[in-house]
Amino acid sequence: MTGTAVLAWRQYRLERRLFWRNPSAAFFNFLLPLLFLAFFGAAFHSDPKELRIIVPGIAAMAVMSTTFTALAFNMTFLREQGVLKRIRGTPIPGISYLLGIAGNAVTNTALQITIITIAGKVFFGTGWPRDWPELVVFVVFGVVCFASLGVAFSHAIPNFDSAPAYVNAVFLPVVAISGVFFDTKHSPAFMKGIAAALPLYHVIAGLSAAMVRGTTLSHNVSDLGVIAAWAVLGIVLAVRGFSWEQRRS
Amino acid sequence: MIRFVSETAIDVRGLRKSYANFEAVRGIDFEVRRGEVFGLLGPNGAGKTTTVEILEGYRERTSGDVTVLGFDPGRRPRALRARVGIVLQSSGLYRHIRVREALAHFGSMYPHPRDVAEVIALVGLEGKEDATARTLSGGQLRRLDLALALIGDPELVFLDEPTTGFDPAARRTAWDTIRSLRDLGKTVLLTTHYLDEAQAIADRVAIIKDGRIAVEGVPSELGSNGRATRYRVAYRNGTGSMVERETEDPTTLLHELTGAALARGERLEGLTVNRPTLEDVYLELTAGETDEEAPPIDDEAPLAGRRQRRAR
Repeated sequence: MTGTAVLAWRQYRLERRLFWRNPSAAFFNFLLPLLFLAFFGAAFHSDPKELRIIVPGIAAMAVMSTTFTALAFNMTFLREQGVLKRIRGTPIPGISYLLGIAGNAVTNTALQITIITIAGKVFFGTGWPRDWPELVVFVVFGVVCFASLGVAFSHAIPNFDSAPAYVNAVFLPVVAISGVFFDTKHSPAFMKGIAAALPLYHVIAGLSAAMVRGTTLSHNVSDLGVIAAWAVLGIVLAVRGFSWEQRRS
Repeated sequence: MIRFVSETAIDVRGLRKSYANFEAVRGIDFEVRRGEVFGLLGPNGAGKTTTVEILEGYRERTSGDVTVLGFDPGRRPRALRARVGIVLQSSGLYRHIRVREALAHFGSMYPHPRDVAEVIALVGLEGKEDATARTLSGGQLRRLDLALALIGDPELVFLDEPTTGFDPAARRTAWDTIRSLRDLGKTVLLTTHYLDEAQAIADRVAIIKDGRIAVEGVPSELGSNGRATRYRVAYRNGTGSMVERETEDPTTLLHELTGAALARGERLEGLTVNRPTLEDVYLELTAGETDEEAPPIDDEAPLAGRRQRRAR
């Protein structure tokens, strides 16, 4: 029978085609972070210090929106509409299917990071990333962490109607508190404490080091540790709560 | 695993399924032979879908022996999934997928898929090849469901209420499609609410009630229900009013009636002789059942928005 990898690739190709065919998904997953980048870039174009905060901040937000937000939405949709159940009745191995879906999300992450990186150089004068391998390491850690948390979070969403409320109730506060748009240096201690317990803060720290500050990976090992801890939690919850069927509430 | 080429497609022995506070299936036995269309009937909440979903590999059984094409469906072997086609009671699809694209994609998961254009023609979706799923009507989506179940050229097809929401013409087309499957030697397990559907296309039926099989047999012979068949003979008598009589021996009764009528020089206007229909048996067996009695745990309880399809 057709191999697992071949089927995963076909599923991935289908997900990519369908992604661009769905304007609202393409907008929210793709255009929105870039619009934020354009707005804030325009607002702070004369303030290089702010731009050095905004560019890695938006990059980290893009990692979260293309994985956590997109997968929490998609998995809820696929589960509640019965697509997962239909897939489960076919010979495609579950892992091939999930790889196709995750690959679609990761492709969006890679595209966004590329665009933000180029925009940083061309429009915002933050230059090319100082440390490319460090950039890759933090994007990969961030993707694994937020993708698994997104799938895990979809288990908590009871139906597709409430998915936007659930997802934004997490996404917006986390983005706000973690310092996407400002330097958390100026946050009060309790906010800093909350932010430091969450993974996005550490993705921002890592991307900031890699893209603008140029501090090496060895300075950010603790950031990787926090992200990895959340990733482990996310993977465990994603696997344990996984349901191929609609919720019956 | 050694498998014998057997005449049995599905074998169910002593099947039970319990949920936390409710026993949905309470000891079911039946056998579906290769090449036949087998109908499972019963009111909502009787355990039809639970039974079928155990056979499809969606649910674990609590106890009993189940074999599907020689495999244990509880283990969900890929080799079994490759030989089975499933039309679920409700299952969604990507909103933006096109008909031909969906069939080509799902077909590519199977070792020997059927030709896409042929399957589109078989379910009557010609002209809709490039339409996206979100633009199809409910009946067209249901036909796409059927097409997706057939694209892998399965030996065994599960159809869970396949024609719900169809107009009469579309139902006839679907019946023809199902009959054509039987002509190809495929086995079909069908659940349905429609008794005329079971009578029209099923070779044998079983009626499930309260998690047990109440009666099983050939639809036209089910009326006997373990007793001698009670025929209904109806005619208009000399004064013009309708008379209906039941008998286990229609030959004798007809001989008496026609003999008497001839002797009087009358005609028996409006004479009909009817075997009990599946509907009679069904209504008798399920008398007193209402949908509301179905516990909410059961899979046939209506789910808010389950048939809705939305963009993601």
